[in-house]
Amino acid sequence: MIHTLTVTQLAAGLRAKEFSSVELTRHFLDRIEASQPVLNAFISVTREAALKAAQAADQDLAAGRGGPLTGVPIAHKDIFCTEGVKTSCGSKMLDNFVAPYDATVVAKLKAAGAVMLGKLNMDEFAMGSSNETSYYGVVRNPWNTDLVPGGSSGGSAAAVAARIAPAATATDTGGSIRQPAALCGVTGVKPTYGRVSRYGMIAFASSLDQGGIITPTAQDAALLLREMAGFDSRDSTSVEAPVPDYVAALEQPLRGLKIGLLKEFFEKGLDPENEKCIRAALSVYENLGATLREVSLPNLPLSVPAYYVVAPAECSSNLARFDGVRFGHRCENPKDLMDLYKRSRGEGFGAEVKRRIMTGTYVLSAGYYDAYYLKAQKVRALIAADFARAFKEVDVLIGPTTPTPAFAIGAKTSDPVTMYLNDIYTIGANLAGLPAMSLPCGFVQNLPVGLQIVSPQFGEARMLNVAHAYQRETDWHTRMPEAYR
Amino acid sequence: MALTREQIENIAHLARLELKQPEVAVYQDSLSSIFEFVSELDRANTASVAPMAHPLPGLSQRLRPDVATETDAHERYQANAPQTAAGLYLVPKVIE
Repeated sequence: MIHTLTVTQLAAGLRAKEFSSVELTRHFLDRIEASQPVLNAFISVTREAALKAAQAADQDLAAGRGGPLTGVPIAHKDIFCTEGVKTSCGSKMLDNFVAPYDATVVAKLKAAGAVMLGKLNMDEFAMGSSNETSYYGVVRNPWNTDLVPGGSSGGSAAAVAARIAPAATATDTGGSIRQPAALCGVTGVKPTYGRVSRYGMIAFASSLDQGGIITPTAQDAALLLREMAGFDSRDSTSVEAPVPDYVAALEQPLRGLKIGLLKEFFEKGLDPENEKCIRAALSVYENLGATLREVSLPNLPLSVPAYYVVAPAECSSNLARFDGVRFGHRCENPKDLMDLYKRSRGEGFGAEVKRRIMTGTYVLSAGYYDAYYLKAQKVRALIAADFARAFKEVDVLIGPTTPTPAFAIGAKTSDPVTMYLNDIYTIGANLAGLPAMSLPCGFVQNLPVGLQIVSPQFGEARMLNVAHAYQRETDWHTRMPEAYR
Repeated sequence: MALTREQIENIAHLARLELKQPEVAVYQDSLSSIFEFVSELDRANTASVAPMAHPLPGLSQRLRPDVATETDAHERYQANAPQTAAGLYLVPKVIE
Protein backbone atom coordinates (compact mmCIF):
# COMPACT_ATOMS: atom_id res chain seq x y z
CA MET A 1 0.00 0.00 0.00
CA ILE A 2 1.07 3.50 -0.82
CA HIS A 3 0.97 4.70 2.81
CA THR A 4 3.54 2.14 3.91
CA LEU A 5 6.20 3.88 1.80
CA THR A 6 8.74 6.17 3.42
CA VAL A 7 8.98 9.86 2.54
CA THR A 8 12.10 9.11 0.49
CA GLN A 9 10.22 6.43 -1.46
CA LEU A 10 7.20 8.69 -1.96
CA ALA A 11 9.36 11.51 -3.34
CA ALA A 12 11.10 9.07 -5.71
CA GLY A 13 7.78 7.49 -6.77
CA LEU A 14 6.35 10.90 -7.59
CA ARG A 15 9.35 11.81 -9.72
CA ALA A 16 9.12 8.43 -11.51
CA LYS A 17 5.37 9.06 -12.10
CA GLU A 18 4.41 5.83 -10.32
CA PHE A 19 1.58 7.78 -8.73
CA SER A 20 0.45 11.40 -8.76
CA SER A 21 0.46 13.86 -5.90
CA VAL A 22 -3.32 14.15 -6.19
CA GLU A 23 -3.71 10.37 -5.75
CA LEU A 24 -1.31 10.40 -2.84
CA THR A 25 -2.88 13.42 -1.18
CA ARG A 26 -6.40 12.05 -1.56
CA HIS A 27 -5.28 8.71 -0.10
CA PHE A 28 -3.85 10.36 3.01
CA LEU A 29 -6.83 12.73 3.38
CA ASP A 30 -9.15 9.71 3.32
CA ARG A 31 -7.02 7.96 5.93
CA ILE A 32 -7.10 11.07 8.14
CA GLU A 33 -10.88 11.26 7.86
CA ALA A 34 -11.32 7.58 8.72
CA SER A 35 -8.97 7.75 11.73
CA GLN A 36 -10.12 11.07 13.17
CA PRO A 37 -13.03 9.81 15.35
CA VAL A 38 -10.62 7.48 17.15
CA LEU A 39 -7.14 9.06 17.04
CA ASN A 40 -8.13 12.76 17.00
CA ALA A 41 -4.66 13.55 15.63
CA PHE A 42 -5.77 16.61 13.63
CA ILE A 43 -7.22 19.96 14.69
CA SER A 44 -7.79 21.20 11.13
CA VAL A 45 -7.78 19.29 7.84
CA THR A 46 -7.23 21.50 4.79
CA ARG A 47 -8.64 19.17 2.14
CA GLU A 48 -9.38 21.65 -0.64
CA ALA A 49 -6.13 23.57 -0.33
CA ALA A 50 -4.21 20.28 -0.18
CA LEU A 51 -5.78 18.96 -3.38
CA LYS A 52 -5.14 22.27 -5.11
CA ALA A 53 -1.49 22.23 -4.05
CA ALA A 54 -1.24 18.59 -5.16
CA GLN A 55 -2.56 19.50 -8.63
CA ALA A 56 0.04 22.25 -8.92
CA ALA A 57 2.72 19.78 -7.78
CA ASP A 58 1.65 17.31 -10.45
CA GLN A 59 1.99 20.03 -13.09
CA ASP A 60 5.47 20.83 -11.81
CA LEU A 61 6.43 17.15 -11.86
CA ALA A 62 5.06 16.74 -15.40
CA ALA A 63 7.12 19.72 -16.53
CA GLY A 64 10.25 18.33 -14.86
CA ARG A 65 10.30 21.22 -12.39
CA GLY A 66 10.04 21.04 -8.67
CA GLY A 67 12.08 20.50 -5.57
CA PRO A 68 13.14 17.48 -3.54
CA LEU A 69 9.73 17.14 -1.85
CA THR A 70 7.45 18.13 -4.70
CA GLY A 71 4.04 16.55 -4.22
CA VAL A 72 4.82 14.86 -0.88
CA PRO A 73 1.98 15.39 1.63
CA ILE A 74 2.98 16.44 5.14
CA ALA A 75 1.19 17.87 8.18
CA HIS A 76 2.18 20.65 10.56
CA LYS A 77 1.94 20.75 14.31
CA ASP A 78 -0.62 23.44 15.11
CA ILE A 79 2.09 25.54 16.78
CA PHE A 80 3.41 26.66 13.36
CA CYS A 81 1.67 29.65 11.79
CA THR A 82 0.08 28.82 8.43
CA GLU A 83 -1.20 31.77 6.42
CA GLY A 84 -4.99 31.86 6.13
CA VAL A 85 -5.41 28.71 8.22
CA LYS A 86 -6.45 28.50 11.88
CA THR A 87 -3.39 28.16 14.12
CA SER A 88 -4.66 27.27 17.60
CA CYS A 89 -1.61 25.95 19.47
CA GLY A 90 -4.07 23.49 21.03
CA SER A 91 -5.67 26.31 23.05
CA LYS A 92 -9.08 27.88 23.44
CA MET A 93 -7.11 31.14 23.58
CA LEU A 94 -6.31 30.83 19.85
CA ASP A 95 -9.41 28.94 18.72
CA ASN A 96 -10.36 31.96 16.59
CA PHE A 97 -6.84 32.83 15.38
CA VAL A 98 -6.15 32.68 11.64
CA ALA A 99 -2.43 33.14 11.07
CA PRO A 100 -1.63 36.14 8.88
CA TYR A 101 1.68 34.66 7.66
CA ASP A 102 3.59 31.39 7.30
CA ALA A 103 6.22 30.27 9.80
CA THR A 104 9.66 29.98 8.17
CA VAL A 105 9.52 26.18 8.54
CA VAL A 106 6.16 26.12 6.75
CA ALA A 107 7.41 28.45 4.00
CA LYS A 108 10.59 26.42 3.46
CA LEU A 109 8.77 23.10 3.20
CA LYS A 110 6.25 24.69 0.84
CA ALA A 111 9.12 26.00 -1.30
CA ALA A 112 10.60 22.48 -1.38
CA GLY A 113 7.29 21.28 -2.86
CA ALA A 114 5.56 19.67 0.13
CA VAL A 115 1.74 19.64 0.21
CA MET A 116 0.09 20.48 3.56
CA LEU A 117 -2.68 18.09 4.68
CA GLY A 118 -3.64 20.03 7.79
CA LYS A 119 -2.75 20.99 11.35
CA LEU A 120 -1.97 18.50 14.08
CA ASN A 121 -3.27 18.23 17.62
CA MET A 122 -0.87 18.95 20.49
CA ASP A 123 -0.74 19.72 24.18
CA GLU A 124 -1.96 23.27 24.84
CA PHE A 125 0.91 25.68 24.03
CA ALA A 126 3.16 22.56 23.90
CA MET A 127 2.88 22.16 27.68
CA GLY A 128 2.39 18.50 28.41
CA SER A 129 3.86 15.03 27.97
CA SER A 130 0.71 13.11 27.04
CA ASN A 131 -1.39 15.25 24.69
CA GLU A 132 -4.07 15.38 27.37
CA THR A 133 -3.96 19.16 27.86
CA SER A 134 -5.25 20.04 24.37
CA TYR A 135 -8.44 22.12 24.17
CA TYR A 136 -9.37 19.84 21.24
CA GLY A 137 -9.27 16.65 23.28
CA VAL A 138 -6.82 13.87 23.88
CA VAL A 139 -4.97 12.18 21.00
CA ARG A 140 -4.93 8.38 21.18
CA ASN A 141 -1.94 6.11 20.63
CA PRO A 142 -2.41 4.10 17.40
CA TRP A 143 -0.77 1.06 19.04
CA ASN A 144 -3.37 0.96 21.79
CA THR A 145 -6.10 3.55 21.90
CA ASP A 146 -6.46 3.39 25.70
CA LEU A 147 -2.97 4.88 25.94
CA VAL A 148 -1.49 8.34 25.42
CA PRO A 149 0.65 9.07 22.35
CA GLY A 150 3.03 11.20 24.44
CA GLY A 151 3.39 14.95 24.09
CA SER A 152 3.45 17.66 23.36
CA SER A 153 3.74 16.65 19.66
CA GLY A 154 1.27 13.80 20.22
CA GLY A 155 -0.72 14.49 17.05
CA SER A 156 2.47 14.53 14.96
CA ALA A 157 3.74 11.21 16.34
CA ALA A 158 0.34 9.46 16.18
CA ALA A 159 -0.23 10.66 12.60
CA VAL A 160 3.10 9.29 11.36
CA ALA A 161 2.73 6.05 13.36
CA ALA A 162 -0.71 5.43 11.82
CA ARG A 163 0.59 6.57 8.40
CA ILE A 164 -2.21 9.07 8.04
CA ALA A 165 0.55 11.56 7.17
CA PRO A 166 3.92 10.59 5.69
CA ALA A 167 5.76 13.11 7.91
CA ALA A 168 4.92 15.80 10.43
CA THR A 169 6.62 18.87 11.80
CA ALA A 170 6.96 19.07 15.58
CA THR A 171 8.65 21.09 18.31
CA ASP A 172 10.73 20.09 21.31
CA THR A 173 11.19 22.24 24.43
CA GLY A 174 11.83 19.43 26.95
CA GLY A 175 11.29 16.26 24.91
CA SER A 176 8.13 17.07 22.94
CA ILE A 177 9.44 15.50 19.70
CA ARG A 178 11.42 12.58 21.12
CA GLN A 179 9.06 11.35 23.84
CA PRO A 180 5.95 11.01 21.60
CA ALA A 181 8.13 9.56 18.79
CA ALA A 182 9.30 6.91 21.28
CA LEU A 183 5.80 6.13 22.57
CA CYS A 184 4.39 5.86 19.03
CA GLY A 185 7.29 3.94 17.45
CA VAL A 186 8.48 6.54 14.94
CA THR A 187 11.64 8.58 14.31
CA GLY A 188 11.76 12.07 15.83
CA VAL A 189 14.56 14.61 15.49
CA LYS A 190 15.20 17.69 17.63
CA PRO A 191 17.99 19.69 15.98
CA THR A 192 20.56 21.90 17.71
CA TYR A 193 19.08 25.03 19.28
CA GLY A 194 19.15 27.72 16.56
CA ARG A 195 19.42 25.27 13.64
CA VAL A 196 15.78 25.60 12.56
CA SER A 197 14.08 29.00 12.59
CA ARG A 198 11.61 29.75 15.37
CA TYR A 199 9.91 32.50 13.33
CA GLY A 200 6.18 31.87 13.27
CA MET A 201 6.48 29.02 15.77
CA ILE A 202 4.40 30.07 18.77
CA ALA A 203 6.82 30.62 21.65
CA PHE A 204 6.75 28.61 24.88
CA ALA A 205 10.27 28.83 26.37
CA SER A 206 12.45 30.73 23.94
CA SER A 207 15.88 29.54 25.13
CA LEU A 208 14.76 25.88 24.80
CA ASP A 209 12.22 25.72 21.92
CA GLN A 210 13.39 24.06 18.73
CA GLY A 211 11.46 22.91 15.67
CA GLY A 212 12.06 19.50 14.15
CA ILE A 213 10.48 16.58 12.36
CA ILE A 214 8.78 13.24 12.92
CA THR A 215 9.13 10.66 10.12
CA PRO A 216 9.14 6.90 9.53
CA THR A 217 12.94 6.76 9.12
CA ALA A 218 16.17 8.63 9.83
CA GLN A 219 16.74 8.88 6.08
CA ASP A 220 13.40 10.72 5.76
CA ALA A 221 14.34 13.01 8.64
CA ALA A 222 17.61 13.86 6.86
CA LEU A 223 15.71 14.69 3.66
CA LEU A 224 13.25 16.99 5.45
CA LEU A 225 15.70 18.59 7.86
CA ARG A 226 17.94 19.57 4.94
CA GLU A 227 15.03 21.71 3.71
CA MET A 228 13.88 23.05 7.10
CA ALA A 229 17.23 24.07 8.58
CA GLY A 230 19.19 27.23 7.93
CA PHE A 231 19.72 30.83 8.91
CA ASP A 232 16.71 33.14 9.19
CA SER A 233 17.18 36.84 9.85
CA ARG A 234 13.69 36.89 11.41
CA ASP A 235 14.81 34.72 14.34
CA SER A 236 17.28 36.50 16.61
CA THR A 237 18.83 33.22 17.80
CA SER A 238 19.05 31.60 14.37
CA VAL A 239 22.57 30.40 13.70
CA GLU A 240 24.50 31.65 10.68
CA ALA A 241 26.07 28.39 9.60
CA PRO A 242 25.73 26.44 6.34
CA VAL A 243 23.42 23.40 6.37
CA PRO A 244 25.31 20.18 5.59
CA ASP A 245 23.84 17.69 3.14
CA TYR A 246 22.36 15.37 5.76
CA VAL A 247 21.26 12.84 3.13
CA ALA A 248 24.74 12.55 1.60
CA ALA A 249 26.23 11.92 5.06
CA LEU A 250 23.94 8.97 5.90
CA GLU A 251 26.08 6.14 4.59
CA GLN A 252 29.33 6.75 6.48
CA PRO A 253 30.64 3.59 8.16
CA LEU A 254 30.43 3.46 11.96
CA ARG A 255 33.74 1.68 12.49
CA GLY A 256 35.57 3.44 15.29
CA LEU A 257 32.49 5.36 16.50
CA LYS A 258 32.75 6.00 20.23
CA ILE A 259 29.37 5.65 21.94
CA GLY A 260 28.86 6.95 25.46
CA LEU A 261 26.36 5.28 27.77
CA LEU A 262 25.07 7.75 30.30
CA LYS A 263 25.35 6.09 33.66
CA GLU A 264 22.54 8.28 34.98
CA PHE A 265 20.15 7.05 32.22
CA PHE A 266 20.48 3.43 33.27
CA GLU A 267 19.92 4.03 36.96
CA LYS A 268 16.66 3.97 38.90
CA GLY A 269 13.38 4.40 37.07
CA LEU A 270 14.24 2.65 33.81
CA ASP A 271 11.81 -0.18 33.12
CA PRO A 272 13.88 -3.44 32.94
CA GLU A 273 12.09 -4.54 29.75
CA ASN A 274 12.85 -1.18 28.11
CA GLU A 275 16.46 -1.57 29.19
CA LYS A 276 16.70 -4.96 27.43
CA CYS A 277 15.68 -3.32 24.13
CA ILE A 278 18.27 -0.56 24.61
CA ARG A 279 21.04 -3.05 25.45
CA ALA A 280 20.14 -5.12 22.36
CA ALA A 281 20.41 -1.99 20.21
CA LEU A 282 23.82 -1.26 21.69
CA SER A 283 25.07 -4.68 20.63
CA VAL A 284 23.90 -3.93 17.06
CA TYR A 285 26.22 -0.92 17.22
CA GLU A 286 29.08 -3.03 18.55
CA ASN A 287 28.63 -5.39 15.61
CA LEU A 288 28.90 -2.37 13.31
CA GLY A 289 32.32 -1.58 14.77
CA ALA A 290 31.40 1.01 17.40
CA THR A 291 32.88 0.93 20.89
CA LEU A 292 30.90 1.54 24.06
CA ARG A 293 32.01 3.27 27.20
CA GLU A 294 30.18 4.46 30.27
CA VAL A 295 30.24 8.17 30.99
CA SER A 296 28.78 10.03 33.93
CA LEU A 297 27.04 13.41 33.96
CA PRO A 298 26.78 14.00 37.70
CA ASN A 299 24.51 17.05 37.43
CA LEU A 300 22.07 15.47 34.97
CA PRO A 301 19.61 14.31 37.69
CA LEU A 302 18.98 18.02 38.35
CA SER A 303 17.82 18.66 34.78
CA VAL A 304 14.10 18.18 35.48
CA PRO A 305 13.99 20.58 38.46
CA ALA A 306 16.14 23.12 36.55
CA TYR A 307 13.81 22.86 33.57
CA TYR A 308 10.70 23.36 35.71
CA VAL A 309 12.07 26.71 36.82
CA VAL A 310 13.53 27.95 33.51
CA ALA A 311 10.70 26.82 31.19
CA PRO A 312 7.79 28.20 33.27
CA ALA A 313 9.70 31.47 33.77
CA GLU A 314 10.10 31.95 30.03
CA CYS A 315 6.52 30.76 29.45
CA SER A 316 5.06 33.30 31.87
CA SER A 317 6.86 36.04 29.98
CA ASN A 318 6.02 34.77 26.46
CA LEU A 319 2.36 34.16 27.24
CA ALA A 320 1.92 37.68 28.60
CA ARG A 321 1.16 38.65 24.97
CA PHE A 322 -2.25 36.95 25.19
CA ASP A 323 -4.16 39.86 26.67
CA GLY A 324 -7.54 39.80 24.92
CA VAL A 325 -6.66 43.00 23.07
CA ARG A 326 -4.86 42.23 19.81
CA PHE A 327 -5.73 38.60 19.03
CA GLY A 328 -7.10 35.53 20.71
CA HIS A 329 -9.92 35.03 23.17
CA ARG A 330 -11.63 38.06 24.74
CA CYS A 331 -14.12 37.75 27.61
CA GLU A 332 -17.66 39.11 27.33
CA ASN A 333 -18.46 42.61 28.67
CA PRO A 334 -15.24 43.50 30.49
CA LYS A 335 -15.88 46.15 33.12
CA ASP A 336 -12.37 47.63 32.95
CA LEU A 337 -8.95 46.84 31.50
CA MET A 338 -7.87 44.68 34.46
CA ASP A 339 -11.07 42.66 34.21
CA LEU A 340 -10.47 42.26 30.46
CA TYR A 341 -6.97 40.86 31.02
CA LYS A 342 -7.85 38.59 33.91
CA ARG A 343 -11.02 37.06 32.55
CA SER A 344 -9.77 36.71 28.96
CA ARG A 345 -6.69 34.86 30.24
CA GLY A 346 -8.56 32.92 32.93
CA GLU A 347 -11.09 31.67 30.35
CA GLY A 348 -8.69 31.23 27.41
CA PHE A 349 -5.94 29.19 29.09
CA GLY A 350 -6.35 25.62 30.33
CA ALA A 351 -5.31 24.27 33.73
CA GLU A 352 -1.74 23.20 32.90
CA VAL A 353 -0.91 26.42 31.06
CA LYS A 354 -2.16 28.46 34.04
CA ARG A 355 -0.10 26.29 36.37
CA ARG A 356 3.07 27.00 34.39
CA ILE A 357 2.36 30.71 34.04
CA MET A 358 1.90 30.96 37.82
CA THR A 359 5.01 28.87 38.53
CA GLY A 360 6.99 31.17 36.24
CA THR A 361 5.48 34.32 37.67
CA TYR A 362 6.44 33.22 41.17
CA VAL A 363 10.06 32.26 40.36
CA LEU A 364 10.59 35.60 38.63
CA SER A 365 8.94 37.69 41.34
CA ALA A 366 10.84 40.03 43.64
CA GLY A 367 12.60 38.17 46.44
CA TYR A 368 12.49 34.76 44.74
CA TYR A 369 14.45 35.41 41.55
CA ASP A 370 17.86 34.50 43.01
CA ALA A 371 16.65 31.45 44.89
CA TYR A 372 14.90 29.89 41.89
CA TYR A 373 15.60 31.41 38.49
CA LEU A 374 19.24 32.38 38.94
CA LYS A 375 19.98 29.12 40.73
CA ALA A 376 18.38 27.11 37.91
CA GLN A 377 20.40 29.00 35.26
CA LYS A 378 23.57 28.13 37.18
CA VAL A 379 22.60 24.47 37.39
CA ARG A 380 21.89 24.64 33.68
CA ALA A 381 25.49 25.76 33.13
CA LEU A 382 26.71 22.78 35.18
CA ILE A 383 24.63 20.37 33.08
CA ALA A 384 25.89 21.88 29.80
CA ALA A 385 29.48 21.58 31.09
CA ASP A 386 28.86 17.91 31.96
CA PHE A 387 27.76 17.23 28.36
CA ALA A 388 30.75 19.15 26.95
CA ARG A 389 33.10 17.03 29.10
CA ALA A 390 31.41 13.79 27.91
CA PHE A 391 31.76 14.79 24.25
CA LYS A 392 35.52 15.10 24.69
CA GLU A 393 35.54 11.34 25.22
CA VAL A 394 32.76 10.06 22.97
CA ASP A 395 31.13 10.96 19.62
CA VAL A 396 27.50 10.39 20.59
CA LEU A 397 25.54 9.43 23.68
CA ILE A 398 22.99 6.63 23.38
CA GLY A 399 20.34 5.53 25.87
CA PRO A 400 16.61 5.32 26.43
CA THR A 401 14.23 8.11 25.38
CA THR A 402 11.66 7.36 28.09
CA PRO A 403 11.64 5.29 31.30
CA THR A 404 8.61 3.21 30.20
CA PRO A 405 6.45 2.60 27.11
CA ALA A 406 3.17 4.52 26.65
CA PHE A 407 0.94 4.85 29.74
CA ALA A 408 -2.84 4.94 30.13
CA ILE A 409 -4.88 8.05 29.39
CA GLY A 410 -5.60 9.70 32.76
CA ALA A 411 -2.90 7.76 34.64
CA LYS A 412 -0.66 10.77 35.41
CA THR A 413 -2.95 13.77 35.17
CA SER A 414 -3.57 14.18 38.90
CA ASP A 415 0.05 14.83 39.88
CA PRO A 416 2.02 17.29 37.72
CA VAL A 417 5.40 16.25 39.15
CA THR A 418 4.85 12.59 38.13
CA MET A 419 3.99 13.78 34.63
CA TYR A 420 7.05 16.05 34.51
CA LEU A 421 9.35 13.12 35.35
CA ASN A 422 8.42 11.54 32.01
CA ASP A 423 10.93 13.84 30.38
CA ILE A 424 13.79 12.82 32.66
CA TYR A 425 15.98 11.54 29.79
CA THR A 426 15.12 14.20 27.24
CA ILE A 427 15.35 17.54 29.06
CA GLY A 428 19.16 17.61 29.33
CA ALA A 429 19.57 18.06 25.56
CA ASN A 430 17.25 21.09 25.62
CA LEU A 431 19.03 22.74 28.52
CA ALA A 432 22.38 22.33 26.73
CA GLY A 433 20.97 23.11 23.24
CA LEU A 434 22.11 19.77 21.79
CA PRO A 435 20.63 17.85 18.86
CA ALA A 436 18.93 14.63 19.90
CA MET A 437 16.60 12.07 18.37
CA SER A 438 14.52 9.02 19.13
CA LEU A 439 14.10 5.95 16.94
CA PRO A 440 12.23 2.69 17.46
CA CYS A 441 14.34 -0.14 18.91
CA GLY A 442 11.89 -2.85 19.99
CA PHE A 443 8.62 -3.61 21.71
CA VAL A 444 7.48 -4.30 25.25
CA GLN A 445 4.02 -5.88 25.41
CA ASN A 446 3.35 -4.81 21.84
CA LEU A 447 4.24 -1.18 22.63
CA PRO A 448 7.16 0.57 20.94
CA VAL A 449 10.36 1.49 22.79
CA GLY A 450 12.53 4.46 21.79
CA LEU A 451 16.31 4.65 21.56
CA GLN A 452 17.75 8.12 22.09
CA ILE A 453 20.88 9.47 20.41
CA VAL A 454 22.38 12.79 21.60
CA SER A 455 25.13 14.58 19.66
CA PRO A 456 27.36 17.60 20.19
CA GLN A 457 25.98 20.94 18.90
CA PHE A 458 25.57 20.93 15.10
CA GLY A 459 26.28 17.19 15.00
CA GLU A 460 23.01 16.36 13.21
CA ALA A 461 24.75 14.78 10.21
CA ARG A 462 26.62 12.25 12.34
CA MET A 463 23.58 11.64 14.55
CA LEU A 464 21.35 10.85 11.53
CA ASN A 465 24.12 8.67 10.10
CA VAL A 466 24.27 6.70 13.37
CA ALA A 467 20.48 6.27 13.36
CA HIS A 468 20.35 5.30 9.68
CA ALA A 469 23.04 2.63 10.17
CA TYR A 470 20.86 1.04 12.87
CA GLN A 471 17.76 1.15 10.68
CA ARG A 472 19.65 -0.65 7.89
CA GLU A 473 20.32 -3.51 10.31
CA THR A 474 16.91 -3.70 11.99
CA ASP A 475 13.25 -3.49 10.97
CA TRP A 476 11.61 -1.98 14.06
CA HIS A 477 10.94 1.25 12.15
CA THR A 478 8.91 -0.67 9.54
CA ARG A 479 6.42 -2.07 12.08
CA MET A 480 2.97 -0.53 11.94
CA PRO A 481 0.00 -0.74 14.29
CA GLU A 482 -2.36 -3.44 13.06
CA ALA A 483 -5.40 -1.23 12.57
CA TYR A 484 -3.48 1.12 10.24
CA ARG A 485 -1.47 -1.24 8.00
CA MET B 1 7.12 24.34 51.04
CA ALA B 2 3.40 25.04 51.32
CA LEU B 3 1.89 28.10 49.66
CA THR B 4 -1.06 29.86 51.26
CA ARG B 5 -4.33 30.79 49.56
CA GLU B 6 -3.29 34.43 49.72
CA GLN B 7 0.01 33.67 47.98
CA ILE B 8 -1.79 31.82 45.15
CA GLU B 9 -4.24 34.69 44.78
CA ASN B 10 -1.38 37.17 44.66
CA ILE B 11 0.54 35.14 42.04
CA ALA B 12 -2.62 34.88 39.93
CA HIS B 13 -3.08 38.65 40.21
CA LEU B 14 0.53 39.29 39.12
CA ALA B 15 -0.02 36.90 36.19
CA ARG B 16 -3.36 38.59 35.35
CA LEU B 17 -5.30 35.34 35.64
CA GLU B 18 -8.76 35.12 37.11
CA LEU B 19 -9.10 31.92 39.13
CA LYS B 20 -12.37 30.34 40.17
CA GLN B 21 -12.52 29.55 43.90
CA PRO B 22 -12.08 25.75 43.48
CA GLU B 23 -9.00 26.37 41.29
CA VAL B 24 -7.22 28.19 44.10
CA ALA B 25 -7.01 25.06 46.27
CA VAL B 26 -5.88 22.95 43.29
CA TYR B 27 -3.02 25.32 42.51
CA GLN B 28 -2.16 25.64 46.19
CA ASP B 29 -1.49 21.88 46.21
CA SER B 30 0.22 21.53 42.86
CA LEU B 31 2.43 24.63 43.07
CA SER B 32 3.50 23.62 46.57
CA SER B 33 4.57 20.20 45.29
CA ILE B 34 6.34 21.75 42.28
CA PHE B 35 8.33 24.12 44.51
CA GLU B 36 9.21 21.28 46.82
CA PHE B 37 10.40 19.29 43.80
CA VAL B 38 12.52 22.11 42.36
CA SER B 39 14.11 22.77 45.76
CA GLU B 40 16.36 19.81 44.86
CA LEU B 41 18.39 22.45 43.04
CA ASP B 42 19.72 23.58 46.42
CA ARG B 43 21.86 20.42 46.47
CA ALA B 44 24.06 21.75 43.65
CA ASN B 45 27.14 23.74 44.53
CA THR B 46 26.94 26.75 42.24
CA ALA B 47 29.22 29.09 44.20
CA SER B 48 31.50 30.07 41.30
CA VAL B 49 29.20 29.23 38.37
CA ALA B 50 28.10 31.86 35.87
CA PRO B 51 24.38 31.54 35.03
CA MET B 52 23.57 30.25 31.54
CA ALA B 53 20.80 32.19 29.87
CA HIS B 54 21.26 30.70 26.45
CA PRO B 55 22.55 27.47 24.86
CA LEU B 56 24.71 29.12 22.19
CA PRO B 57 27.92 30.50 23.69
CA GLY B 58 29.18 33.66 22.07
CA LEU B 59 25.98 34.46 20.22
CA SER B 60 25.53 38.19 20.00
CA GLN B 61 22.71 40.29 18.70
CA ARG B 62 23.05 40.93 14.99
CA LEU B 63 22.96 44.39 13.48
CA ARG B 64 21.50 45.17 10.08
CA PRO B 65 21.42 48.23 7.85
CA ASP B 66 18.80 50.73 8.99
CA VAL B 67 16.43 50.31 6.06
CA ALA B 68 12.76 49.36 6.01
CA THR B 69 12.32 45.66 5.27
CA GLU B 70 8.75 45.04 6.42
CA THR B 71 5.70 46.35 4.64
CA ASP B 72 2.65 47.73 6.45
CA ALA B 73 0.34 44.80 7.20
CA HIS B 74 -1.66 46.20 10.07
CA GLU B 75 -5.02 45.57 8.41
CA ARG B 76 -4.16 41.92 7.93
CA TYR B 77 -2.92 41.63 11.51
CA GLN B 78 -5.91 43.47 12.95
CA ALA B 79 -8.27 41.03 11.25
CA ASN B 80 -7.61 38.82 14.30
CA ALA B 81 -8.40 41.56 16.85
CA PRO B 82 -11.60 41.31 18.91
CA GLN B 83 -12.40 45.03 18.44
CA THR B 84 -10.80 47.79 16.37
CA ALA B 85 -11.77 51.20 15.03
CA ALA B 86 -9.89 53.50 12.65
CA GLY B 87 -6.88 51.17 12.73
CA LEU B 88 -6.73 51.22 16.54
CA TYR B 89 -7.30 48.43 19.04
CA LEU B 90 -10.24 49.11 21.35
CA VAL B 91 -10.17 48.41 25.09
CA PRO B 92 -12.46 49.48 27.97
CA LYS B 93 -12.04 53.10 29.04
CA VAL B 94 -8.79 53.55 30.98
CA ILE B 95 -8.90 57.25 31.94
CA GLU B 96 -12.08 58.72 33.43
